Amino acid sequence: MDFSPLWDWFRWLNGATGIKLTIFYDSFDRWRFFYGFLTSVRLQATCLALSVVVGVVGAWLQGARSRILRGALQGYIQFFRNTPPLVQLYFFYFALGYVLSVEGDGGLRQTLVSSFAWAVICLSLYAGAFNIEIFRAGIEAVPKETVEAAEALGYSRLGAYVYIVLPLAFRISLPALNNNLVNLVKTTTISYAIAVPEMLYVANQIWSDEVNVPEMMNVLLIAYVSLVGVVVLVMNKWERALRVPGYVS
Amino acid sequence: MTEPLIRIQDIHKSFAKVEVLSGISMDVAKGEVVCVIGPSGSGKSTLLRCVNALVPIDKGSIVVDGQEVHDPKLDKLALRRKVGMVFQQYNLFPHKTALENVMMAPVHVLKQDKKEVEARARGLIKKVRLEGKESSYPGELSGGQQQRVAIARSLAMQPEVMLFDEVTAALDPETVKEVLLAIRELAEEGMTCMIVTHEMGFAREIAGHVYFTDRGVIVEHGPPKEFFSGAKDPRTRQFLSQIL
Ligand SMILES: Nc1ncnc2c1ncn2[C@@H]1O[C@H](COP(=O)(O)OP(=O)(O)OP(=O)(O)O)[C@@H](O)[C@H]1O
Ligand SMILES: [Mg+2]
Repeated sequence: MDFSPLWDWFRWLNGATGIKLTIFYDSFDRWRFFYGFLTSVRLQATCLALSVVVGVVGAWLQGARSRILRGALQGYIQFFRNTPPLVQLYFFYFALGYVLSVEGDGGLRQTLVSSFAWAVICLSLYAGAFNIEIFRAGIEAVPKETVEAAEALGYSRLGAYVYIVLPLAFRISLPALNNNLVNLVKTTTISYAIAVPEMLYVANQIWSDEVNVPEMMNVLLIAYVSLVGVVVLVMNKWERALRVPGYVS
Repeated sequence: MTEPLIRIQDIHKSFAKVEVLSGISMDVAKGEVVCVIGPSGSGKSTLLRCVNALVPIDKGSIVVDGQEVHDPKLDKLALRRKVGMVFQQYNLFPHKTALENVMMAPVHVLKQDKKEVEARARGLIKKVRLEGKESSYPGELSGGQQQRVAIARSLAMQPEVMLFDEVTAALDPETVKEVLLAIRELAEEGMTCMIVTHEMGFAREIAGHVYFTDRGVIVEHGPPKEFFSGAKDPRTRQFLSQIL
């Protein structure tokens, strides 16, 4: 498809009004911004999925027999819930990142883990810690008689968790999960601080080069509203798909 | 005489120093129907829950079909596929339809073929007279209907024994009948049943043997005719006079 009339219109807009949306008519900026947008989406999607996995597995492990395991889990949750995510990110990137680096050519240290990967790890663990607590509340709301019925039918603890407890707990947890995931999408912008080339980072580069801060600010806001909107839409759809007639969770 | 299907010998069970079962013994032969009656808190539910190892016992022995339930190396799955249990509050899985509730355990736990299980499940739903309700969710069914789904769900595991724990206590009088009918048909087909109930008329009709428990012991037991007309122990008599 040929978009050049659209790009030309934005060029005309700039001439006529001074509104400088280079991301449309300047092919270099357009490419940079598009790449940043994709990086943001990739980061968000990965963190969303991983944080839910962390939540599901963590909530399961909270019921583990081993005291040490439960204690370690509690430590992890408290650490991530009670410190600012930006500080966590710095800690991962600068402290752990330094430890996990090797001497490269010419005395420069080369990191083994990319800044994108650090952002994924840190943000997934951050949102995952909240998800564990969210799922735990949901699990506790599942009547123990229901679990007992599953046991009486021969289900193991894991089997009952996978087929009965989790599906019910999920429905109960969805509103809280919704909030946390929207929060996660917004929090991914902090990876700007460790130079992950996501949308905020490239927008900053663009406005430094083009001196169009107000325009780029508006673009960013609209882009984030749309991304969060997609998450909310999908979650609502999901909530409706999971709704069970006659069952109020 | 052949070995009984369930042999309970002198079992004891305490919850936090309170002894709930204080030496209970009973035998249940294959195909036999026994009813357990007694006042609230006398340990009837606990007794049933010991039989399928939902509750561990402190002392004594329970042998089900040659398998010692108290054995720490017990294969719980092997026991529980032999022993079905139906609860007072139905405890159906609310996120699954009636048919799925019946199909779940054989598919997930026994890894049986889904098509075969479905055919069997539809048969069982028909058997408990719930044809047409296959795709209803528990929340859309009456208490009596839910309880019959719960019975079908247990039967889908093809157990050798069924445990019923006051399965009509939460139902209104009209729906009690339909659930009792389902149990009666089961008993007539030769299913071994241990039934905890407050329905004395039902117990008198269906039971081969009636046990009266109070404060963790069996006070009196016997065939229903003798039990209901000629109870000797004053505690039994008092209980029966209150309830009849
Ligand atoms: N898991 C448990 N932990 C602590 N106490 C328990 C537990 N289960 C049962 N009990 C206690 O054991 C006693 C016997 O309970 P049980 O449910 O077996 O009685 P029941 O004869 O079935 O009574 P009901 O007719 O009311 O159902 C009660 O006092 C009860 O509080
Ligand atoms: Mg009871």
